[in-house]
Amino acid sequence: MSVETSLKYDRDYVSKFSESRQEPQWLLELRLRALELAQQLPMPKPDKTKIDKWNLTDFNHESTAEESAQLPEQVKALIGEEEAGNLLVIRNGKVAHSSISEELSSQGVIFTDFKTASQKHGDLLQKYFMKEAVSVEENRLTAIHAALVTNGAFIHVPKNVELKTPLQAIYFHDDEQTGLVNHVIIAAEDNSSVTYVENYLSTNETRESVANIVSEVFAGPGAKVVYGAVDNLAKGMTSYINRRGRAERDARIDWALGQLNDGNTVSDNTTHLVGDGSYADTKTVNIGQGDQKQNFVAQIFHHGKNSEGYILTHGVMKDSASSIFNGITKIEHGATKSNGEQTERVLMLSEKARGDANPILLIDEDDVTAGHAASVGRIDPIQLFYLMSRGISKAEAERLIIHGFLRPVVNEMPLESVKKRLVEVIERKVR
Amino acid sequence: MSTPNLKIENLRVSIEDKEIIKGLNLEINGGEIHAVMGPNGTGKSTLSSALMGHPKYEVTEGQVTFNGEDLFEMEVDERAKAGLFLAMQYPSEVSGITNADFLRSAINARREEGQEISLMKFIRELDKKMELLEMDSSFAHRYLNEGFSGGEKKRNEILQLMMIEPKIAILDEIDSGLDIDALKVVAKGVNEMRNPEFGCLIITHYQRLLNYITPDKVHVMMQGRIVKSGGPELAQRLEAEGYDWIKEELGIEDETVGQEA
Repeated sequence: MSVETSLKYDRDYVSKFSESRQEPQWLLELRLRALELAQQLPMPKPDKTKIDKWNLTDFNHESTAEESAQLPEQVKALIGEEEAGNLLVIRNGKVAHSSISEELSSQGVIFTDFKTASQKHGDLLQKYFMKEAVSVEENRLTAIHAALVTNGAFIHVPKNVELKTPLQAIYFHDDEQTGLVNHVIIAAEDNSSVTYVENYLSTNETRESVANIVSEVFAGPGAKVVYGAVDNLAKGMTSYINRRGRAERDARIDWALGQLNDGNTVSDNTTHLVGDGSYADTKTVNIGQGDQKQNFVAQIFHHGKNSEGYILTHGVMKDSASSIFNGITKIEHGATKSNGEQTERVLMLSEKARGDANPILLIDEDDVTAGHAASVGRIDPIQLFYLMSRGISKAEAERLIIHGFLRPVVNEMPLESVKKRLVEVIERKVR
Repeated sequence: MSTPNLKIENLRVSIEDKEIIKGLNLEINGGEIHAVMGPNGTGKSTLSSALMGHPKYEVTEGQVTFNGEDLFEMEVDERAKAGLFLAMQYPSEVSGITNADFLRSAINARREEGQEISLMKFIRELDKKMELLEMDSSFAHRYLNEGFSGGEKKRNEILQLMMIEPKIAILDEIDSGLDIDALKVVAKGVNEMRNPEFGCLIITHYQRLLNYITPDKVHVMMQGRIVKSGGPELAQRLEAEGYDWIKEELGIEDETVGQEA
């Protein structure tokens, strides 16, 4: 059995789609070029995970689901208290809610959906969209992404503007017939700072669909970006997620990722520390359950001198789930005095569960420091005995151990709303 | 409420096919404190682990009833819920679970849904007992035994004992590695528990703990069985004279398991 990998959409379709949204000429051209590349480029090749039988390319594009002014309860439950004023909700690719405080807009901050950005801020969007971070040419899925991107978020923070409250985006997908092709851009200019939180949620438990998600983060000189995400797409969703950041001189990017999809997922998080003194911190919490297959990459490339990169990943594998965890620290020649550290820990709950943690240090410079730690293990039967000897049932003891195992990462997450949501999703998954 | 009772008859226990307990009889009732003493390697800790249901120990023969129920028909958590408690010699460290959360889970595991202990009451009880055990309040919020010193772990075991209020508790070498002050604190905790509804089995190879917790009965264990029983005066004689006189009396050359003549 092989999966059909040619697209069901042609030039004519893409042109009409772009035209119907009054997109600028450059975006139409980029889409058409991407469409051609989508036929030629190879699929991505995640290390040790065979995805040739996964369907990541065959999906319906635009949703015909009716729009509703009412936000569904699942979405309301996700809205953080602090974030309520600056909130974007996209449902099935269409804006269901979009608000930004007076204070932020008066400071020149842009926080809008991708479609609106293409119409109102075309030049600015062009500067960032699929150029320096994730390129159209990278693989077939990035090309498909560029050709068919439906919506997403565009955030632009001008020089020296420091946002005090977080921005939140919720991507909710309950039109089970269509794919989710979502793009996020965060551009933080010199010495600005912004915190962004996103939630992905879908309802397709059984119905198969595709998510193709790309995020690009640009932290200009001295800027600081905190990016929190809780991925919780349903079992029917096969996902390709590519989140990438570029940090200029003295910039900092913090990633706090809850990679908690229920379906097969390839998720890559990469940061390029381009400037001297730049800093990246990647923290991820991951759970696999059922017969789910996942591939997680967390990597930091050190290009600038005195750059610092930290990766911390904890994963729990249940049932017959299997996951690859690759942590990659690459220190390029010339990135003197840099420091790269990473830790991957995987806890397996059943005989059939598989977790594979690979800490990889690639160092082309002598004058650096780097370190890594990795462990893969099962629940310690003596620990279980200890908890049960106090009257706690086996299931409850396992639940405590899992929460405990993930807590050091959850606690370090930079945002209360992300922490809270993570605990909720973890709780649901470990029951 | 009937008086708690733990009755061990002709118990045999193996670990990895090696028999450690070789036909042991012992009965403990509510209100009684028993001490099982004996040199290292005579099977004392095996007895306590097997009673609680440690996964490495295999019961090959004999019967243990706990308040009339067959103990070995119960899972570990069921034994605990029925009122058995083991203060372990080497308690596990569990990262990411605070002491307080763990204790609340343990208490609530004994209660019906909807009847959980209120947070206020729990905190009040916890504060009171930690104070009695001279534990710093920060211990409530530290991860379970993680990074605790040997003595802190032992105090924490007694704290759990006091919070859970079991019917029968086994204290496995709770005194090992404790300085005299810590020993007194631990003894204070155990004495606090003393009442007709509570029975206790203290496993130790030193007599000094028994200076602070006076046992009703003292048993000497050698070669995987109880070879001599008596009152508190037996412990004092052991302290003064060691174990050699018992070996002589019984014709035992090497008291450790597997050295039977």
